[in-house]
Amino acid sequence: MKILVAVKRVIDYNVQIRVKEDGTGVVTDNVKMSTNPPDDNAIEEAVKIKEAGKATEVVAITVGEEKAQETVRKALAVGADRGIHVKADGILEPLAVSKILKKIVEKEKPDLVFMGKQAIDDDCNQTGQMLSALLNWPQATFASKIEVKDNKLEVTREIDEGLETIEINVPAIVTCDLRLNEPRYASLPNIMKAKKKPIEEIAASDLGVDVSPRLEQLKVEEPPKRKAGIKVANVAELVQKLKNEAKVI
Amino acid sequence: MAVLLIAEHNNKELRPFTLNAATAASQIDGDVHAVIIGQNSAEAAKQLSELPVVKKVLSVEAAHYENFTAENFAPVIVKLAENYSHIVCSANTFGKNLMPRIAAHLDTSQVSDIIKVISPDTFLRPIYAGNAFATIKSNDAKKCVTIRPTSFDPCDSSGGSAPIEKVDAGEEFSNTKFVKREEIKSDRPELGTARIVVSGGRGMQSGDNFKLITEVADKLGAAIGASRAAVDAGYISNDHQVGQTGKVVVPDLYIAIGISGAIQHLAGMKESKIIVAINKDGEAPIFSVADYGLEADLFEAIPQFMEELNKLNTIQK
Repeated sequence: MKILVAVKRVIDYNVQIRVKEDGTGVVTDNVKMSTNPPDDNAIEEAVKIKEAGKATEVVAITVGEEKAQETVRKALAVGADRGIHVKADGILEPLAVSKILKKIVEKEKPDLVFMGKQAIDDDCNQTGQMLSALLNWPQATFASKIEVKDNKLEVTREIDEGLETIEINVPAIVTCDLRLNEPRYASLPNIMKAKKKPIEEIAASDLGVDVSPRLEQLKVEEPPKRKAGIKVANVAELVQKLKNEAKVI
Repeated sequence: MAVLLIAEHNNKELRPFTLNAATAASQIDGDVHAVIIGQNSAEAAKQLSELPVVKKVLSVEAAHYENFTAENFAPVIVKLAENYSHIVCSANTFGKNLMPRIAAHLDTSQVSDIIKVISPDTFLRPIYAGNAFATIKSNDAKKCVTIRPTSFDPCDSSGGSAPIEKVDAGEEFSNTKFVKREEIKSDRPELGTARIVVSGGRGMQSGDNFKLITEVADKLGAAIGASRAAVDAGYISNDHQVGQTGKVVVPDLYIAIGISGAIQHLAGMKESKIIVAINKDGEAPIFSVADYGLEADLFEAIPQFMEELNKLNTIQK
């Protein structure tokens, strides 16, 4: 079984986001970037499945600008076998990314495609489902547990009401929840070894897909600020304020 | 052209956020039709027809729709879509799972999780866990939009009498099989719609200690929330998680106990009307969004809080 894992480079989750004054976006210059957190879970799960002898190859792929390749390199350092970097500049909407991934899937013929359930920059939560639609493959979104059974996967999904279990035939798409596993850290020797693993570079323009944006981002602004609150001295004061000032209890 | 609303239901009744999504749909265009796909879901279809904003109900029933599998739902909606300008659904796990599958089939760039309808093609949506708001204009002929339910009021649930039209079922997608659903049943108000939410974080230190949160919630008639840290630590089940990747809540009162206030948690609760934070770390980021902050050891503060609540003559429910 071959697993393709899609990873995205985003502003690190610990960075306090700042909106650009001209309203065109958020500040990304000199800001720490990392792999989208649930994409780390996707890589970890693929590597674990390979370590358990149930997969033969793990291929990490990213779509994006030059520096996006760092995320593939990181995936290689934690156990992916080789990488693919589809180079593309500018804003790529999930629909465009899923069309690019479809082209790569047709070429690589993986049995499974894993990725994070949502990117923490645009918070779209679309790419996995869209790729699954374009390929007409089954989809298991928000996965918190994956069991590989021959040519099937049993996946536990996190849904609003609790947990749902589904069984999907491969080939299939799985989008990963943060609770799926605990991603490992790359050891120094493995980081060194990863430098020798191959990363194939492909220009998005050579794939023959239309990636032009369909959405216009007219403005990005700061959300309304909450007015500063107060500290209360003790519990009695808190309850009195809730009862008589805020009138919520 | 009219707007097509996808109803969320459990085959017996509508799920409450369908009413919020109906409001959003009606703000896009007054002509709202609603599709309900399920099995033995006639009662839920009837409820849908009683929403005054819904002008027509399309009902699709078949055994393979019983468990809301997106692979089965999407082709039905794609087929109906030719008569509609917009497809609208709630951005909860049901809609998040389903809508992108429809959008891809329609070759449309979806607009996810909107919090405001600015015009029929322009929407406001949070990005970066709500740390920025983006105004997005869609240039696609057909628009697929998911809405953040807590940002729209529920529509009236009675008084309407829309006609219910049967629509033929599509084929079954055989590569995905439903196995089971473990729903957590509770007599408490639902987290997404509760007037008061009491949440615990890693500061609770154990699942046992969450009993303290339960007591406060019982007293106030509140729902119970949790931070991701508390869920990850196994103190409480995932359906209680509030945050960027959990539930977004907008109660009148949100009480955060032993929660430090990571960006990801704030994304799920900072629109609450009144926020109370109880934390022994005075520097915790949760205090920056709290209307009332109490710097205290929660194991002393919660029993005192219960005592003070017990002294009150009345508590709003």
